[in-house]
Amino acid sequence: MAADMRLPTRREEVPLQGTFANLVVPGDVITTDTGFMRGHGTYVDDEKLTASVAGEVERVNKLICVRPLKTRFNGEVGDVVVGRITEVQQKRWKVETNSRLDSVLLLSAVNLPGGELRRRSAEDELSMRDYLQEGDLISAEVQNVFTDGALSLHTRSLKYGKLGQGILVQVSPSLVKRQKTHFHNLPCGASVILGNNGYIWLYPTPGQLDEEAGGYYTSMEPVQLADREVISRLRNCLLALAAHKVLLFDTSVLYCYESSLSHQVQASVTCHLPVNEVLIETRGHGGGCDGDTTPP
Amino acid sequence: MATVQVSEAEKVYILHGVRDDLRVDGRGCEDYRHMDIETDVVSNTDGSAKVSLGYSDVLVGVKAEVGKPRPALPDQGYLEFFVDCSANATPEFEGRGGEELGLELSNTLYKVFSNKQSVDLHSLCISPGEHCWVLYVDVLLLQCDGNLFDAISIAIKAALFNTRIPKVHLSEDEEGGKEIELSDDPYDCVRLNVENVPCIVTLCKIGHRHVVDATLQEKACSVASLLIATTHRGTVTCVRKFGGGSLDPESIFEMIETGKRVGKALHTPLMELLKEEESLGKKRQKVGFLG
Repeated sequence: MAADMRLPTRREEVPLQGTFANLVVPGDVITTDTGFMRGHGTYVDDEKLTASVAGEVERVNKLICVRPLKTRFNGEVGDVVVGRITEVQQKRWKVETNSRLDSVLLLSAVNLPGGELRRRSAEDELSMRDYLQEGDLISAEVQNVFTDGALSLHTRSLKYGKLGQGILVQVSPSLVKRQKTHFHNLPCGASVILGNNGYIWLYPTPGQLDEEAGGYYTSMEPVQLADREVISRLRNCLLALAAHKVLLFDTSVLYCYESSLSHQVQASVTCHLPVNEVLIETRGHGGGCDGDTTPP
Repeated sequence: MATVQVSEAEKVYILHGVRDDLRVDGRGCEDYRHMDIETDVVSNTDGSAKVSLGYSDVLVGVKAEVGKPRPALPDQGYLEFFVDCSANATPEFEGRGGEELGLELSNTLYKVFSNKQSVDLHSLCISPGEHCWVLYVDVLLLQCDGNLFDAISIAIKAALFNTRIPKVHLSEDEEGGKEIELSDDPYDCVRLNVENVPCIVTLCKIGHRHVVDATLQEKACSVASLLIATTHRGTVTCVRKFGGGSLDPESIFEMIETGKRVGKALHTPLMELLKEEESLGKKRQKVGFLG
């Protein structure tokens, strides 16, 4: 039995590197020049363009937007997402993906067992719940964005589909770095899907992939204790990084993991972990956080 | 209470983890999450405390008011509990959504404190049958991340430790009328003895084992849970069972034993922390709500 009680401490300020002139908080005047257009996250007050959210100012020609730090997921075509099925409807599943509206996964946009070119019959429609039921987690890709911002997903690749045993970690979507691949088999012995929507899935690295099942087979075999420890440590590392607003990608996660190895698994979730060091280290290796994107 | 959805495979993962004594966040079955405790956070109360347990956040304020003793117990003061579920905690609490949970929580608190040992109610008496101190214990849930009972009980203990009741004198005039006189010195106060105030330990049965301080995900995997309130000596003041599932007598016995052990071990670090905080006095850096 362990009860870790402490007096609360103020969060230490992280020394900021470089210039952060393009960071604003709500109410900050971005420009008084009337020649600019009002984009997302801004409003015009007294002919002054003002920020309505806290985040980074982005300028595209005459359009000024503020990209918020804490936000819902604004999907773009091609984004990798992790989501949870909330509803089974006719020919479609409703998926919760941390967006403002529920996303849809059409029956025609999934790979069913038995090959890609299978026709979807009425029977398939009736047995939709056998493939994915309420509460199930999936990984998918954004296929289409509707005019109201709702997303249409697809899982027509073997790397997408139903997720088996593992842990879901939820962070702000702005903390996940856009990369070529969001599926990583980390060398520490676990795998991670860094969903663009801020949902991160940690799971034991799968052995032989069963291609026949088309991604709808879930192993209920117990996970090895060593794998579990790695996954739990990764989970705590992710939460620690997210609490310090460090951009999440494979390198930053691995650095954090490595520096946590001298602590107990549990400790990394509390403030023991020197996340600031990790942050500086990550930056030193060309990772960067927040100000990573070069202003246009 | 705030509920989360968990898929079958996730449940299996949690279940096997509990079996191996390594939970999702790396804890063992009898470990609590990290706790931050701060007292004296609300200036317009007589005693207050804020406890955050994981992402559960609870604020407790204690107000002392002069009232009339209960007719059955004329020489004792009493405690009143009220739990407010803020819609900030979860949107489910909006409107009257949190009322049911709040009532359940405060009813349990009445049960936990309805014994002679936990608080010395005689010390709250001013004049028998006429005046006594009534301690209004107001609990505010700011964030829900499972295990509210334990967090609330710890916060109540901390808030009662922090409570300072002003000293009063009874003066009698010639006609025999009694009058309560408040001491002029605002620092002239009485402290409560909180040594025997119980802490609640909630045990969730997951698979064949039981875990302490379950997160919302773990709670979703459990069919039944047992609440055990124990004092620092290990005296059980209240036992309640929650959830639709059933528990066999043997596991109830086991759970009570664990609850007693864990509850006893919970008091020592808590009292140490409260005394340490007090010894810091004015030097203490106040964090409050924005730290």
